[in-house]
Amino acid sequence: MSSVESHPFNLALVGTPNSGKTSLFNALTGSRQKVANYPGVTVERKTGLFTTPGGRVVSLVDLPGTYSLRGRSPDEEITRDVVLGRKSGEPVPDLVLCVADSTNLRLTFRLMLELKATGRPLMLVLNMYDIAMRRGVTVDVEKLSAQLGVPVVTSIAVRKGGTAELLKRTDEFAAQATSPAASDHWRPLSTSELRALQREADRIIADCVSLPARPHTLTAQVDRVVLHPVAGLVILVLLLFLMFQAVFSWAQPVMELISGAFEALGAFVQANMPEGLLQSFLQNGVISGVGSVLVFLPQIIIIFLFILLLEDLGYMARAAFLMDRIMGGAGLHGRAFIPLLSSFACAIPGIMATRVIDNKRDRLTTILIAPLMTCSARIPVYTLIISAFVPAKEVFGWINLQGLVMFGLYTAGIVSALTVSALVKFFMWRDYEPAPFMLELPDYKLPRLKSVGIGIYIRATMFLQRAGTTIFSMMVLIWFLASFPRPPAGATEPAIDFSLASIIGHAIEPVLAPLGFNWQIGVALIPGMAAREVAVAALGTVYAIEGGKEAAEQIGQVLASKWSLATALSLLAWFVFAPQCASTLAVIKRETGSWGWMGVTFIYMFALAYIASLITYNVAVAFGAG
Amino acid sequence: MTQNPHHNGHSLHQPILLGNARRGYRGVVQAIDPHRGTSSLQPVELESRLIELGFVEGAKVEVLHEGIIGRDPIAVRVDNITIAVRRREAMAIVLM
Repeated sequence: MSSVESHPFNLALVGTPNSGKTSLFNALTGSRQKVANYPGVTVERKTGLFTTPGGRVVSLVDLPGTYSLRGRSPDEEITRDVVLGRKSGEPVPDLVLCVADSTNLRLTFRLMLELKATGRPLMLVLNMYDIAMRRGVTVDVEKLSAQLGVPVVTSIAVRKGGTAELLKRTDEFAAQATSPAASDHWRPLSTSELRALQREADRIIADCVSLPARPHTLTAQVDRVVLHPVAGLVILVLLLFLMFQAVFSWAQPVMELISGAFEALGAFVQANMPEGLLQSFLQNGVISGVGSVLVFLPQIIIIFLFILLLEDLGYMARAAFLMDRIMGGAGLHGRAFIPLLSSFACAIPGIMATRVIDNKRDRLTTILIAPLMTCSARIPVYTLIISAFVPAKEVFGWINLQGLVMFGLYTAGIVSALTVSALVKFFMWRDYEPAPFMLELPDYKLPRLKSVGIGIYIRATMFLQRAGTTIFSMMVLIWFLASFPRPPAGATEPAIDFSLASIIGHAIEPVLAPLGFNWQIGVALIPGMAAREVAVAALGTVYAIEGGKEAAEQIGQVLASKWSLATALSLLAWFVFAPQCASTLAVIKRETGSWGWMGVTFIYMFALAYIASLITYNVAVAFGAG
Repeated sequence: MTQNPHHNGHSLHQPILLGNARRGYRGVVQAIDPHRGTSSLQPVELESRLIELGFVEGAKVEVLHEGIIGRDPIAVRVDNITIAVRRREAMAIVLM
C-alpha cells in the first residue's frame, strides 16, 4: 500500500435513504463530481474530489442509501462491500461518514451501531441540523459522541459554511490516520440482534436527544390532501399534465433563440465559404444536424427540473404510494413508478433506476416497458410532426391543441406500457406472489436550488456530450450517405437521387410502404436507431440536400407539403413504439445480463410499432387523410 | 377518530393486526409475527425489514392514510416517521 501522502484521503458517505446524503455530497464537491458505474453492475458510482481547509485532497464517494448492511439489493451490497473495504477495485475508505437526518435519528442510529460493530473508522454527521433545531430537537453532541464511541459533528449541508466543522474534524482525523485495512468483522444480524440494536439506539436517543413535545405537523397536514385517495390522484395527474404543458410552452422562446442562432450560423457559412462539398458538409451536415438536436436542450432541462424538484421535495415516494395498487393491477410494483417517471426524461436512467426494485421479476417487467414511456428524445420527432400537421389553436379556451396531441402521445405510451406489463404478468408469471411494498415517506423539505442545479447541470452535460459524439457522428454519416456518389455531370434531378441514401431508402421502401412511409423516412429511420432524435436531423439533412437551403430552414413546412396527414400520424405511431435507441438496448442487455431479454424487447417493440403504424395509416386513409 | 375500527368485528381472543386496522387507528406494537399474513417474503426477511423500518415492540403506530383500491397500501406513523406498507405485510404486526 502506498503512503498516506501519495493517495487522496478516501471518504465514504453512508446513510439511510432520505438522510440528505446527496445534498451533503453536493455541498462538499460542488459540480466536481463524476457519475459512472461500478464495474460489472449497474449501480451508480458517484465520486467527487475536494480539498479541505487543511490542504488535504479528499476523494469522496456517495454510497447508495441503505437501512442495514444486509445487502438485499445490488445497491446495498455495494454499500456494504465498500464500507467493509472488500470491494475489489475500490479503495478502502480511510473514514466512513455515517449521515443522519437530525429530525429522524432512530433508523440511522441502528445502522450506525451496526457500522460501529465492523470496526471501521467512523464519524457520525448530524445533517439538516438547522431544521431539527427549528423543530425543537436538541442533541447533546458530546454525550452522544461519548455513548456511541465515535466522533459526532453537526452539519447544514445546504448552507454556506454549514460543513466547516465536518471539514475541520476530517482534517484532524486524517492527520493521525493510519492506512486502513479491510474488515472481516461483519456477518448478517439475526432478528433478535437487530431488535437489540434498535433498543440500544432508542436508549441512546432517550439519553442524548430531546424531542419536541409536538411532532412536525406541516407534513401531516399536506399529506391529508396529497395522500387522499381521490384528491391525491387528481393532484398527481395535474402535476403530470402541468409538466407536459411546461415542456411545450416554457421551452418555446429559448428553443426559438437556439434554432435562430444555428440558422444564422448556417447562413454565415453559406455566405462566406465557396460553394462546394466542404460548405455543404458544414452547413447541412454539421450545423443543421447538431443544431436540430441541441434545440431540445431546454425541454430536457424542464423535464429533469420537474423530476428533481419532486424528488427533493419528497413527493416521489408519495406518488409510489398512490400508484401502488393501480400499477399492481397492471402487474407492476409501486416502486416502479419512479423508474418509469424517470423514463419520461430518458429510458437509460429509468432502466438503471429499476435497481430500487428488489424483486427480480418486478424489475424485469419494469425494464421491458420502460422504453415505451415517452422519453425526451422522442420530443424532437413529435414536436416536428405536430407543429407541421396540427394547428396551434386553443381548445376549450385554454388548452393548446398541439400540447393536447402531445399529451395524447404520452398517454398512448403509458397505456401501452401498462398493457404490455399486464400481458407479461398474465402469460409468464401468473403464479407468482407480488413482492412487498415498504417505503419510508420522508417529511417534505423545500428543494434546494443548488442541489437541483447541480443535478440538472450533470444531466445537461451528459446530453451535450451525446449530441457532440453519437449524434454528431451519425449526422456526418447521414450527410455522407446523402451526398455520395455525386450526380453525373448534366444531371437534372436533385443530387440526392443518385446517393447511397437514396439506394438504401428505396431498398427498404417496399417494407415501409404499407405504413405510408416514403424512402426519405426510411433513410432517416436507419440512423435513428442510434438515437431517436437523430431521425429529425436526418430528415433535415435529406430534404436539405434534396431541396436546398430553404428546405433545411423550413423543414416543418417541407414535410407538410410532402407528406399526407396519414403518413405523419403513422410516423407518430411508429415512434411511440419503435425501439429506436441503441443505447437503451445496450443498457437493457447490461441490466438483465442477457442478450435474450434485449432481443425480446427489440422484437416486441418493432412488432408493436409496425402494427400500430399499419393500423394508424390505414384508418387515416379510410377517413380521407391519405 | 374511533379507537376500535377493526372492521370484521374481532373477538377479544383475536389479536389486532396492523394489516386489518383502518384509517385513524392508534396502537402500540406488541409483537412481530412474520408467519401471519400472506407476504411473499421469507419470515426472517420480513421480520428484519419490518424492524429496520422501526416496527419494534413498543413502537407507537397510527394508520394515517389508505390507498384507493381495497384501502391498500396504508401509510403508518411509526413513532416519528411515516412508512408506507401493504396490508399483507402489515398482517405480521400484532398490536395492543
